[in-house]
Amino acid sequence: MSNQVALTGNEAMAQAMKQINPDVVAAYPITPQTEVVQMFSQFVADGAVDTEFVTVESEHSAMSATVGAAAGGARAMTATAANGLALMWEIVYIAASTRLPIVMPVVNRALSGPINIHCDHSDAMGARDSGWIQLYAENAQEAYDNAIQAVRIGEHEDVRLPVMVNMDGFIISHAVENLELLADEDVKEFIGEYTAEHTLLDTENPIAVGPLDLQDYYFEHKVQQAEAMENAQKVVVEVAKEYKNLTGRGFEYFEEYKLEDAEIAILALASTAGTAKAAVDKLREEGVKAGLLKLRMFRPFPAKEVAKALSGLKAVAVMDRADTFSTIGGPVFADVRSALYDVKSDVEVVNYIYGLGGRDTTVEDLEFVYNDLQGIVNSGEVNKRVKYLGVRE
Amino acid sequence: MSKVNLKELSLQDERLTGGHRLCSGCGASIIVRQILHATDDPVVVGCATGCLEVSTTIYPYTAWKDSFIHNAFENAAATISGTEAAYRSLKRQGKIDEDKEVKFIAFGGDGGTYDIGFQSLSGAMERGHNMVYVCYDNGAYMNTGIQRSSATPRNASTTTSPAGEVIPGKTQFRKELTDIIAAHNIPYVAQASPHNFKDLIRKARKAFEVDGPAFLNVLSQCPRGWRYPEDQAMDIMRAGTDSCFWPLFEVEDGEWKLNHIPKEKAPVTDWLEPQGRFKHLFKEGNEDLIEEIQEQIDKRWEELLHKCGEK
Ligand SMILES: Cc1ncc(C[n+]2csc(CCOP(=O)(O)OP(=O)(O)O)c2C)c(N)n1
Ligand code: SF4
Ligand SMILES: [Mg+2]
Repeated sequence: MSNQVALTGNEAMAQAMKQINPDVVAAYPITPQTEVVQMFSQFVADGAVDTEFVTVESEHSAMSATVGAAAGGARAMTATAANGLALMWEIVYIAASTRLPIVMPVVNRALSGPINIHCDHSDAMGARDSGWIQLYAENAQEAYDNAIQAVRIGEHEDVRLPVMVNMDGFIISHAVENLELLADEDVKEFIGEYTAEHTLLDTENPIAVGPLDLQDYYFEHKVQQAEAMENAQKVVVEVAKEYKNLTGRGFEYFEEYKLEDAEIAILALASTAGTAKAAVDKLREEGVKAGLLKLRMFRPFPAKEVAKALSGLKAVAVMDRADTFSTIGGPVFADVRSALYDVKSDVEVVNYIYGLGGRDTTVEDLEFVYNDLQGIVNSGEVNKRVKYLGVRE
Repeated sequence: MSKVNLKELSLQDERLTGGHRLCSGCGASIIVRQILHATDDPVVVGCATGCLEVSTTIYPYTAWKDSFIHNAFENAAATISGTEAAYRSLKRQGKIDEDKEVKFIAFGGDGGTYDIGFQSLSGAMERGHNMVYVCYDNGAYMNTGIQRSSATPRNASTTTSPAGEVIPGKTQFRKELTDIIAAHNIPYVAQASPHNFKDLIRKARKAFEVDGPAFLNVLSQCPRGWRYPEDQAMDIMRAGTDSCFWPLFEVEDGEWKLNHIPKEKAPVTDWLEPQGRFKHLFKEGNEDLIEEIQEQIDKRWEELLHKCGEK
């Protein structure tokens, strides 16, 4: 039995954590994630969870303690945003290479500097090469759904990797929306009991975690990590299917919105996908064959599937809510373009870097992007490959 | 608590095996072995990056008979606090046998403890995890080639505080980390030295025994970084405590107690002279530097005598 509720994204995420009922949570507050930590503290205070809550003195210690807990065989979680994720950095990589299935909601916020508390993806995109699985959500419902599935994905024996569950700061975290929560028992049954294969606390079978790994083994271990990421692709699909059976909701790698007969499309992740849907609907009424590919899974990157979905189009705009400062576009753009190289498609792909520091991105902004794509189709020319959307001159 | 008995100790199994790659004469492994003799329970060991860690767990080998985790340089305390939290959670939920007793211990060098790991340590102590944190203090970043730390004694020559034509080694006194951790009001804090193994093992037992965090700051000889022939370690370490450079004391539930009051305080030169890192102090014209060190040690000793109710 599930129930219909009106919750903010942070409330929905806190509910997901409560239902997951992790053995250990170690977390530190940072806007816009703070409420998640506060609400979870209340669950602990009220005895609503079995969790040992470690009120660490920093995010570096949050991730460190989460690693220590997970290596001890606990189902362990933390949550953060922006500078908090940046402070964790060193241990974010260690968590992945130690193959610990930690689930971490990241309430996406612009990375300093200058300091800014609003949404963009510079925090999570910076961690794209850390070896974490990354899921993105269009709304609170999807963020909740992703959090529950993340447990299963990360803990799968062929994967054993940490998962970052991204949710747009403020736009989703602080907006109230109607959504459906699963019943506690259903979540419990869906995620199952966690039994780690090797743990520090199995003292009859002692292990050494995190040894010095030199020229003779390090490389093999890194390749195993890459293989686990490959396996994650299959597992994400399996878990999504099972979740859909249970709830009727969800997508595997991405959602295709009116993409089948589209000539031009936007590829976006997170809340902007919702805005893009409104733009698509408007343009469709005007007879424009516009579509959308909403990416749910960015790490591992579903290159083949994305390329297949886009290769029949005439022009695509990849939306990046983070810059790489490489001067050749944002992180999603780089991967999408690279994916398309193999399919030898004629589709023109351009990049829009948008919404940095929480700059509002409206339906009109995205209509402008579609118009731009139409122009490219009509003229057959791309005057500028990478553009910044909605920036004052 | 029963007395530390050498014969009994000699019958116990070693929990850190030989074959590790610490330099011969290194204090770190001696300290670890003495401390692990102080409990019969299984332990989970956390270790900060440093000489001890890189030398004892080179994949695919480990010298540790107990469960071991190395996470990074500055987070041994936070890491072990997470494992200890996992233990409490799993035990409370009945996922771990109720009768099972596991001890948690973190080892860090002075760099990983006084400096980069200071915040992580302070946090773990303040939160009250049931864990023992041991700093093996060799007074510099030895693993990376003898750079100064905030535990490096004044005037020691290190690779980042070299004794030069103008500057005579490190210009600052070391910070009193043991006092700082005592100010966290945790159940047990002590300073020890492995040459006095009875004192160290007794303190380790106490540290394992108390309910809540315990901190041991242990002077750790390093023939390479201190620049002395290995076989002089015992004399040097003894001079360290007899000169009151490294007083042996403990703070139990806020009660300060001195564990070694030398009959006659040895001059600090007994401690300084055999060590190459202080060699420049014995050049003509540097007498006042030694005097300043002596003054600082005397002042600190007086303070301790008062704190410990000896005066
Ligand atoms: C974040 C970080 N900074 C720097 C280093 C390099 N590093 C490794 S060990 C070490 C010094 C260790 O000194 P200490 O803690 O005193 O232990 P020792 O080697 O003396 O036993 C340093 C600087 C590191 N591993 N990680
Ligand atoms: S350099 Fe010093 S601390 Fe490091 S292993 Fe050698 S003796 Fe031990
Ligand atoms: Mg050191």
